[in-house]
Amino acid sequence: MKVAVLRFPGTNCEFDTQYAFEKLGHTTELVWHESEQLPTDIDLVVVPGGFSYGDYLRSGSIARFSPVMKAVSVYANDGGKVLGICNGFQILTEAGLLPGALKRNNNLHFISKHQNLCVINNDNAFLNKCNKGEVLNIPIAHADGNYYIDDEGFKKIEANGQILLRYSDDKGEPVVVNGSVTSIAGVCNEAKNVFGLMPHPERALEAILGSEDGVRMLKGFEA
Amino acid sequence: MTAVVNVFLKDGVLDPQGKAAHHALDSLGFAGVDDVRIGKQIIIKLDTEDRAEAETEVKEMCETLLANTVIEDYTIEIN
Repeated sequence: MKVAVLRFPGTNCEFDTQYAFEKLGHTTELVWHESEQLPTDIDLVVVPGGFSYGDYLRSGSIARFSPVMKAVSVYANDGGKVLGICNGFQILTEAGLLPGALKRNNNLHFISKHQNLCVINNDNAFLNKCNKGEVLNIPIAHADGNYYIDDEGFKKIEANGQILLRYSDDKGEPVVVNGSVTSIAGVCNEAKNVFGLMPHPERALEAILGSEDGVRMLKGFEA
Repeated sequence: MTAVVNVFLKDGVLDPQGKAAHHALDSLGFAGVDDVRIGKQIIIKLDTEDRAEAETEVKEMCETLLANTVIEDYTIEIN
């Protein structure tokens, strides 16, 4: 599998993301935000975490107008797989490729810790190697992770199986971490080829660093 | 002309910063505060002298970039 990893001014998880996919045996290519095209032979685009454009105006609001994001929209609308992690999730919601929006955390703090997540839906290209109801331990590190969607939108994503993950306790019961609607930590689009989550699976690849649950998440894209 | 754009979270969308400031005002003894909303103000200098044109242009700026209409409302004042 070949993975394109985007890089904006202020991105800081691009090398971790490359490391993660290369550790799993894949090839990666960094793509600068000014690029108007994506590499032709890719299987996945990852919009990694960081603070693109210093989070000015709103997190992700400026990055989403980068030349490379036009190419990502075309790629996604053609059915190409796209994964947004943390700031990448914010960029994809700002771009309208994912439903909802991410607001400042309820407690106004930057939250950085390991967090349990419950797998809500796994019938998709991302979480197919995880079990429904399974609890995963994945680090989170964000200030704007408070997922918001209006009631109508919520009903739609719930009915269509677009809710991927919820913040939970070790039994899988939802917990309030940042104020997200029904504790949502990740969603996908209606066509289930664009995925976004606030937690960082690329930081959970080795037991010695606290968790290797990220491996099965990222390996989902191999199927 | 100058456009003053105010962007704030929609009614019904919880404003965590406004809520924190509200609590702070309460604890400082300012009684009778019903609600606090925190937004941002964006001031744009335009080279046109045509008010209608300015309004149309700034509205488009708001819809495209300055506000995220999933969670935010905006007002435009042209001077």
